[in-house]
Amino acid sequence: MNNTLKVVVIGAIAALALMALGFAMPRWLLFTATKAVAFGIVALGIVTLMRGGLVSFGQGMYYCVGAYASGQLAARYGVTDAFILLIVGGLGSGLIAAVVAPLVARYRGIFFAMLTMALSMVLYGVLAKINAIGGSDGFNLPKPTFAGFAPQDGASDIALYAVAVATASLCAVLCRLYYDSRPGLIALASRENELRVEYLGASVFAVTARNFIIAGVLAGLGGTINAMALGHVDPFFSYWTTSGEFVFIAILGGYASAIAVFGAALITELVRSFSGSYFPDSWQLLLGIFLLAVIVFLPLGFGSLWARRRVTPPPADEEIRS
Amino acid sequence: MNLALTILIDGVIYASWLFIVALGLTLVFGVLRILNFAHGGLYALGAYSAAVTVGWFTGHGLDGWFTILAMFIAALAVAVIVTPIIERGLLRFFYGRDEVLILLVTYAVFLMLEDITKLIFGVDPYYVFEPRTLLGNVEIGSLFYVGYDLALIGTAIVCGLAVWLGLRRTRIGKVTLAVIAEPEVAATMGVNVSRIHLLAFGLGVFLAALGGALTAPLISVQPGISVSVVIVSFAVVIIGGLGSIPGAAIGALIVGIARSFAVYKVPEAEIFIIYLVMVVVLIFRPEGLFKPIQARRI
Repeated sequence: MNNTLKVVVIGAIAALALMALGFAMPRWLLFTATKAVAFGIVALGIVTLMRGGLVSFGQGMYYCVGAYASGQLAARYGVTDAFILLIVGGLGSGLIAAVVAPLVARYRGIFFAMLTMALSMVLYGVLAKINAIGGSDGFNLPKPTFAGFAPQDGASDIALYAVAVATASLCAVLCRLYYDSRPGLIALASRENELRVEYLGASVFAVTARNFIIAGVLAGLGGTINAMALGHVDPFFSYWTTSGEFVFIAILGGYASAIAVFGAALITELVRSFSGSYFPDSWQLLLGIFLLAVIVFLPLGFGSLWARRRVTPPPADEEIRS
Repeated sequence: MNLALTILIDGVIYASWLFIVALGLTLVFGVLRILNFAHGGLYALGAYSAAVTVGWFTGHGLDGWFTILAMFIAALAVAVIVTPIIERGLLRFFYGRDEVLILLVTYAVFLMLEDITKLIFGVDPYYVFEPRTLLGNVEIGSLFYVGYDLALIGTAIVCGLAVWLGLRRTRIGKVTLAVIAEPEVAATMGVNVSRIHLLAFGLGVFLAALGGALTAPLISVQPGISVSVVIVSFAVVIIGGLGSIPGAAIGALIVGIARSFAVYKVPEAEIFIIYLVMVVVLIFRPEGLFKPIQARRI
């Protein structure tokens, strides 16, 4: 209980502080920050999977489903309320993830990564060919409204940023509480050794499926926020390079912390937007060096800098193989 | 009937190209347990090097068959230059670590190679058409095929057989198989495991670069060609079973024919048919077609 209160208070303070910061931000930074927060939410889903020892290279699929579900609702039926869209996006992608979860929960390692990626590429190909929803060009969305308010220009950007931060804080708080709960700790244990977890009476399949659905909902929320921020949705949301970016952010953040991914997302977005304008031909080079440096020097991500107590890395060579 | 033949021939041509690339990928995985994301980047390096080398050769009056030679020299040069840097300089520090972690390391290398290629060769497209005109056209049924494309099939078969027989008939090949089975025991028997790793990775790089070099005359060589090839060749080796050479061949044929079937019969499905096949195969054979069942970690 004490821990719950602590996590909620930290989450609330962080959310309020970040929202206040939003008023001081120049507009370009506000846009970048909103996008980064949305990416962070998606990457938080991968972090959740990573705690169970899996990396999905196909989170773009759920990101895309969330964006298309809410985007179609906005573009076709004129529902522009950000909160409704978020609920629809999150539930829509969560539903698809729940259908896919029993299928992929048996897979591990590279095969899990490749199967999720293949599924996201199938969605990409299908969406690119359905002309009713824009084909490969995608479609545009109207500006979001917020519980009846329709703020103009700058105020709208700040409102969307605030909604993104609030959503992200809520997700991070819930994820932290989940990670520290019994099922969350079973996931962490199955990362270390699945068979022992099963001998102790827990179901690794159920843990994996649950984590996968959570990751799907988070990706849908992120997709909805970015659909509203960009005002445009296209099948590239489901392309594997998009998923690769999420994995990148999740690795940078690491699975020790639920907050670190947001820092990682912001850094990645800033590096990308700065090097995009200053060194247009070498930002991938920078990202690659950055990723290598993190893998080598901070194998558990940025989060391990302050969350070292929570997670200690397993000794490298003590695996017993049958 | 004619359409079926067309689909088959187009599919096999595409499969041959895929197989050359995927053969390197599956070999590197088999020996080093690395699923090499950077394979696509090496493919692009091969294509660029071939474009430049062929251009240089023809510029010096060495045209005709010399351009084919130039492509092999280009692929070899990429392998000789890049292998020590990537394998000795980076990947060997990660051997024995989690396969997904190594996948991410090679993903980082892939990102870096993308820009390094642009820095070396610029962003303008290169064109080399000379080698493709060399073998003339061949009539099959009532259709004409470019001889160069048909020669790709032969090249793929030669590459596959060479690696397959090389592993089984030569001393170094048998040593490599020993390293795949038990690296530690092989090392205690006096095998220089590092050298085997370097050679296997080098051969993988060479095949990636060769795949790129052979493709250079068919396309305009420009940034972005690596992105599409890496995932398709992943699909091939995953369908076939990671580390299996016959698997890569069957995987390439399945993917190649499925794709050309889609091109002619259901063009809407062309961009995702490969991934659909991959999903279906993985659902029924979770570790690919040619993979023995392995025990779980205890």
